[in-house]
Amino acid sequence: MLTLQCPYCGVWAEETELHAEGEAHLKRFGPESDDADFESYLFMRENPKGVHFERWRHASGCGKFFHAARSTTTLEVFGTYSAQTLEPPKDIKDKISAKYPGWSWREFS
Amino acid sequence: MSEAVSALSGAEFKGFASVTETGLRGMITVRGDLASKAMTAAIKAATGADVPAQRKVAVGGKGKVAWMSPDELLVVVDYATVLDTVATLNAALSGGHALVANVSDARAVFEIRGVGCRDVLAKLAPVDLSHSRFAADEIRRTRIAQVPAAFWQTESDAFEVICFRSVAQYVFDVLRLSATKGGEVHHLG
Repeated sequence: MLTLQCPYCGVWAEETELHAEGEAHLKRFGPESDDADFESYLFMRENPKGVHFERWRHASGCGKFFHAARSTTTLEVFGTYSAQTLEPPKDIKDKISAKYPGWSWREFS
Repeated sequence: MSEAVSALSGAEFKGFASVTETGLRGMITVRGDLASKAMTAAIKAATGADVPAQRKVAVGGKGKVAWMSPDELLVVVDYATVLDTVATLNAALSGGHALVANVSDARAVFEIRGVGCRDVLAKLAPVDLSHSRFAADEIRRTRIAQVPAAFWQTESDAFEVICFRSVAQYVFDVLRLSATKGGEVHHLG
């Protein structure tokens, strides 16, 4: 059972109060974009063993979307952060680096 | 105008704690910039309360205000005065980008009263309801069994639960089941 802190209302919410909303930091390629880019935006997802960045929604609570960084193998949560950002905050990246030196996930490391 | 009735017409259940549908309640959703001066003034004018801090309920002379999310408040007043309160809020917020919606008839309110009231809720919601963790002036939006709901404390042994009117019967049924005699947990007092 995952317990994540919603960065918007501060509640430590467990999984059943939240809704998983897929991968975080997707870059959207819409109409007029390259076919390969559009395909990768639609279908290509990370499936890492280890560090992962996800989008969650505090569905039964304040209703806001947020991002979470966690490990898919140990279920360790490195932190949650606002969805109004293009990359994970530095303190969360540092926390991951301390545990998994040399980690990388898409363009982040 | 037709006569307004609440979802379950005041249904009651007495177990180790009592569960009562409290009847009609005025509820207004207000969205906007909670830090703005206009919002502070509007909430003050409508309820006499200040804009509550994160997850808190502020009580004023004319009603309560609950923090629902970083850009949303719930104003709770008497059902009879809800239209006046909406008018007051709309007038006070008219200059900026804000929303005021009367949701009174879309909601149901239950009161759980009795020594085991915390246990009744703790069995249904993924929330730490221990005395030291759940503050007296706190509102918690969460789920009750399978539906969204919110609750706050009104007295040391009483809670109020709000949910959508469409699931009022379901919420009453699960609260009733949770409060049935023999189901005491004696964990939270």
